[in-house]
Amino acid sequence: MAYSAPDSADKALRMAMELDVFVGNTTIMDEEVYQLWLDGYTVTDAVSMRVRSGILEQWGACQAVLESDTTDHYRTFQMAERLLHCPSKLANQLLFQIPPQRQAMLIERYYAFDPAFVRELLGKKLSKGTKKDLDDVSTKTGVTLKSCRRQFDNFKRVFKVVEEMKGPLVENIKQHFLLSDRLARDYGAIVFFANIRFETGKKKLQYLNFEDFAFCAGQLIQNWTVGAVDSMVEDMDVDLDKEFLQDLKELKILITDKDMLDQHKSLVCTALRGKIQVFAEMEANFKNLSRALVNIAAKLMHTKDVRDFFIDLVEKFIEPCRSDRWVLCDVKAFLTQYMNSARALDAFKQQAIWERYMTVIRSCILKMYHE
Amino acid sequence: MPGKLKVRIVAGRHLPVMDRASDLTDAFVEVKFGNTTFKTDVYPKSLNPQWNSEWFKFEVDDEDLQDEPLQITVLDHDTYSANDAIGKVYIDIDPLLSSEAATVISGWFPIYDTIHGIRGEINVLVKVDLFNDLNRFRQSSCGVKFFCTTSIPRCYRAVIVHGFVEELVVNEDPEYQWIDRIRTPRASNEARQRLISLMSGELQRKIGLKVLEMGGNAVVGYLQCFDLEGESGLVVRAIGTACTLDKLSNPSAALLPACNSPSKDMKEAPFSEDPNPNTHSSGPSTPLKNQTYSFSPSKSYSRQSSSSDTDLSLTPKTGMGSGGSVGKEGGPLKTLLRQQTQSALEHREFPFFTLTCFPMGFLVHVGGVVSARSVKLLDRIHNPDEPETRDAWWEEIRQEIKSHAKALGCHAVVGYSETTSICEEVCILSASGTAAVLNPKFLQDGCLDSCSEHRLSRQPTFFSTGSEKGEFDIFLQSKDSSSMLGLEEPSPPSCGFCHIPYDELNMPFPAHLTYCFNCRRQKVPDVLFTTMDLPLEAAVTGKGCLIQARLCRLKKKAQGEANATAISNLLPFMEYELHTQLMNKLKLRGMNALFGLRIQISVGENMLVGLASATGVYLTALPTPGGIQIAGKTPSDISYEQHISNMQKKINETIAKNKELYEIIPPKLFTMDPEVSAFKGTNTESIDEMIGSPIPEPRQRSRLFRSHSESSDEVSELDLSHGKKDAFVLEIDDADAVEDIHSLLTDAPLPTGFYSCNTEIMPGIYNWTSGVQMFTSVRVFRLNNTNLTNQGLNKIFNDLCENLLKSLYFKLRSMIPCCLCHVNFAVAVPEDELIQVAVTAVAMTFDKDQAQENLKLYVDKTLMKVITENEEQLQFPLELCSDSQSGNPFSPIKGTGLQENAGMHIVPSAQRATSVDYSSFADRCSTWIELIKLKAQTIRRGSIKTTSSLEKASPVSEGHSRLRSTTSNTGCTVAVVKMTPLSFIPGAKIIKYLGIINMFFIRETTSLREEGGVSGFLHAFIAEVFAMVRAHVAALGGNAVVSYIMKECVFMENPNKNQAQCLINVSGDAVIFVRECDLEALPVQPQTSAAQTSSSGGEVPA
Repeated sequence: MAYSAPDSADKALRMAMELDVFVGNTTIMDEEVYQLWLDGYTVTDAVSMRVRSGILEQWGACQAVLESDTTDHYRTFQMAERLLHCPSKLANQLLFQIPPQRQAMLIERYYAFDPAFVRELLGKKLSKGTKKDLDDVSTKTGVTLKSCRRQFDNFKRVFKVVEEMKGPLVENIKQHFLLSDRLARDYGAIVFFANIRFETGKKKLQYLNFEDFAFCAGQLIQNWTVGAVDSMVEDMDVDLDKEFLQDLKELKILITDKDMLDQHKSLVCTALRGKIQVFAEMEANFKNLSRALVNIAAKLMHTKDVRDFFIDLVEKFIEPCRSDRWVLCDVKAFLTQYMNSARALDAFKQQAIWERYMTVIRSCILKMYHE
Repeated sequence: MPGKLKVRIVAGRHLPVMDRASDLTDAFVEVKFGNTTFKTDVYPKSLNPQWNSEWFKFEVDDEDLQDEPLQITVLDHDTYSANDAIGKVYIDIDPLLSSEAATVISGWFPIYDTIHGIRGEINVLVKVDLFNDLNRFRQSSCGVKFFCTTSIPRCYRAVIVHGFVEELVVNEDPEYQWIDRIRTPRASNEARQRLISLMSGELQRKIGLKVLEMGGNAVVGYLQCFDLEGESGLVVRAIGTACTLDKLSNPSAALLPACNSPSKDMKEAPFSEDPNPNTHSSGPSTPLKNQTYSFSPSKSYSRQSSSSDTDLSLTPKTGMGSGGSVGKEGGPLKTLLRQQTQSALEHREFPFFTLTCFPMGFLVHVGGVVSARSVKLLDRIHNPDEPETRDAWWEEIRQEIKSHAKALGCHAVVGYSETTSICEEVCILSASGTAAVLNPKFLQDGCLDSCSEHRLSRQPTFFSTGSEKGEFDIFLQSKDSSSMLGLEEPSPPSCGFCHIPYDELNMPFPAHLTYCFNCRRQKVPDVLFTTMDLPLEAAVTGKGCLIQARLCRLKKKAQGEANATAISNLLPFMEYELHTQLMNKLKLRGMNALFGLRIQISVGENMLVGLASATGVYLTALPTPGGIQIAGKTPSDISYEQHISNMQKKINETIAKNKELYEIIPPKLFTMDPEVSAFKGTNTESIDEMIGSPIPEPRQRSRLFRSHSESSDEVSELDLSHGKKDAFVLEIDDADAVEDIHSLLTDAPLPTGFYSCNTEIMPGIYNWTSGVQMFTSVRVFRLNNTNLTNQGLNKIFNDLCENLLKSLYFKLRSMIPCCLCHVNFAVAVPEDELIQVAVTAVAMTFDKDQAQENLKLYVDKTLMKVITENEEQLQFPLELCSDSQSGNPFSPIKGTGLQENAGMHIVPSAQRATSVDYSSFADRCSTWIELIKLKAQTIRRGSIKTTSSLEKASPVSEGHSRLRSTTSNTGCTVAVVKMTPLSFIPGAKIIKYLGIINMFFIRETTSLREEGGVSGFLHAFIAEVFAMVRAHVAALGGNAVVSYIMKECVFMENPNKNQAQCLINVSGDAVIFVRECDLEALPVQPQTSAAQTSSSGGEVPA
């Protein structure tokens, strides 16, 4: 093509280009370049990646053109970055004229994160120390350090803003950062985990991905926080309902009262007989399993044990079931029956607490139970 | 005390943190106008202060209103030390002084600091109450409208085109004052910004006075420039075309409540209190009063046709004596046409027009480009603080242009512009334009809206008679007599302008004449170069394209006179070479005419850089261009021969390829067309025979004797045809020619899907869609190699431009199919080894799939139909005139009758009737055109999906068309403001001009590296300038800037000191536009029009 000028000449020209800018009335932002920028690639890397994408042949451009275009975009993004830190500013700033859909794209992409990265950071304190260790995370996840830093800063920024805010957590994030429902939910989970500092890094928990945890966080936020019981209460969503955690102690009666334990067991066994494959194993293990679940509940009043919530679920319940080769639908049937049967126990007065506790436990376990 | 300026400071947002300790700011605002300053309270500890101040009232002369900008300073209160300035906002209140423009300025303005850039925003409300001023000797010219647009603005008609106005003011440059050594850069920059703002105001006021003197009420094609002369001063100069404009009360405007917001009504109230039509005689003393004329039928009518005697006797020469001015204009122009005698009137001294686009019938013939350059030494100005010397310089140049035009048999110059290039004490003054013969009737009373040629040859009769009956009769006579008078029968509009205006036997330069390929009746040249836009009605084959000639010439560093002489000597050669390049490139594309030609020659310490840009087209009326033939000097060497034949082959291939690319299918020879053969009967075998043949109809117009200009430092006309008629021969005997050919062939072709031009419209593309992207791109190239040759330099410069274009195409690839319009290159040599190229253009999407040719044919046909229809209905204006004179201007029957005749979409008569005035005839014509356009648009829309209809907002009856779309959480988003260097917005109709935008900014940094180097610095600055322009337009209630140009971009850097400074000057017309699809919906729901305006504004190009 006529465009394929020799590269050496190209280079010479580039070297001598003192200044090279392009400013459009409507700010031009190429999504591909934006992604490369977000991913933390340098201009040079981005250019070579774009070259590999075949864009030169497609548009008959030469490397110099691509380099100028990429540099220009990077500059634009850098200028816009401070606005992205407070997305509501993007809508009423005057410097860049960006169509609304495009603004939404910019924000959404800017706050998007790598699942691998967030999995590493989940439950960690969003402190300077953690930030210093990001290079390790970068090496481990293959996400560039620059991108890691952006994502970390995003987490921290969202955390700081909503930490002290009243009202529903996810709604707050959505309002303040103009994020989509899905992304806001994810950030809700991240903030929630960072606040309670759930342990997620243990080897036994490695098999769980971010989505599993995000789901569980959603369940916890929906059911176990203060805002969960009374939406009128203008309180924070980030902390668990202390009163509820205290009350959970009372569930111990289910395992300490031998009659009740036997009664509970027989109710569950009657209901499940012939309905699950692992009936024998279930029958044999019922008391252990029930003890495990109730003990987890009883321990939640201590902050330290709250942090171990997930590891406890895995160690005390999921692993035993897995070693007995329970299939997911059996787990489901068991938990459902286990939860419902307690209603028939006349001596058991803590029905409301039980319900509130078990709904979450049931859905969390089911989510975390990978066959 | 003719005016009261009222300002209210509402709130601020996004302010910078001024107090590091608290991370907050204690902001307050100073509002200054003239020597009066008001202050708001301090709003403590907030980055989003809510001042909600009282109304600050300034009682001022309207002279000051025009000159002074409103200056708003935001400061941070500091108890212990001096208050820190956060930044400033300058607001030009001129738009508020014309009743037809904006009525209130209200909105968020970026707070600008020359060191830090934009630092937050401030919400301001500004209003002006003007009082009637009976003093006839006043110095102000409030109410004269200014337009940057170089054609008659879309919602106006020109009653009279008065002609050229110019003015120049000089002041000491604050940057060169002694005090500059002790003050901060910020103070110095602000002094400069303020001074230029003041000077612009003064200049505009002075030009306004000239316009009033001439009897006009507007300046069209207003071009204001700065010359930073350094030690010798700072010059602000402007040129424009004075006109008397009438607002068209077209259906859309009449229906739009947005145009008649309550505040505006209030403002107009004092002037429209008495409905007595007799007031028109005293009216002219107040220009503002005159504005209301366009809304008042009887008054407007009286201006046009009442006997000039009575008018004059009542208001002797107070400027607006309407009849008088018409009479005044009539004489000189006629003489100009006939004998080019010097006009007795001062303002007719130069029959120049800054317009580039004319209504049909205005341009009779086009002679060609005329230009003049002159090199001056700034340190030789005797009295640098006075404008006399510069006035004399420009006078000299204009005289030269005028004499060149005469030499071409033309009495006028259109598409006229003036530029300067300054390097140290040397200044090159340049002027160029297109020599043309204009239709004299237009200049007396042509209604220069888009369709008005029917008005020709009628007006003079109005002066010679009193009785209505008589008028009518004589009018008919005069129509007949026009042909008897010896004016040749009107040429077809599609080719008439190409016909030579000069005498064939006494040609000013050698050229090949042939009979017009369109009408066969008149002679045409083989190529035509012009500085104007392609006339709408011109017959064009295929598409056009941007053609550039680029040239660098080294020059020895020198001082004073020696330097000036060296430059003077180089100039003619550069012009010649640029022309040769242009011609070569034109031929290579198989085209035969250039429009919008702009030749820029910039001077630096050790080189001159020349850049010529134009849009090449194939005019159907002109002969097919011959190819390019390479001729070697020594035919002895075989390999050399081989080389030449190879090159020749390449050239031929390129020409063929280009013809295909630009869809240039050479028109069939006339022999093929039996109709024409029958018509002309003779000489149709071959073109060659035609050339020598005698002219069958000798032109009766008398030709004057022309002396060719003897001036040395300019090349007035091209002499490029070298006596060969067919192929253009390039002699390849010297290095230059080899280089030329090489550069010819290395011009990169346009990527598929792209077209480009530097004119308003792209010939061959008619189906624009709504995508509009205006942009500015700047590149600075550093020449590292110190011992460069001319060739090496040329190559670098050529590559620089080519690569810049390539980058633009790549950048805008998502808009394909798309056309870069109004591509405006500006070159400068800011320092020894730097070349700076700045481009501003607009990319516009179009619909490729449409059968364009068909559409064009369709438009042509309908246009022709309109013309004939107009001819048939010529008596309408007269009937209407007599009606209104008999005291019944609001005849509803007449009004509706007219509209039915017009056969177009008609608005409810009740609303319509109020706006029927004498102009409704012209109005009707323009709406015909509109209708055709509308139809065309509808056809286009048939196949494409427009998103705009989806974005209609719910009816909101807010007075102003402030654009407020709602986003759930932020409340209001920023209004979208489109910017375009063109005078129109595709698929939309401009319903109101809000005033001129003319802004000057300085930005400086002492932390260049921290701001991302020179690129980061300039990128931010240009973005800031755009933002400030948009904010001002939005505050005026507008949603677009048309005819936007960046007139100046002076960039200086000192990387060693980590410093840089940049000056940018931009201008344009703030407008309100409505999408055409919204307009269609108007009659159904007239109440929602305001909301629709906003909805259309909310739309954003894809």
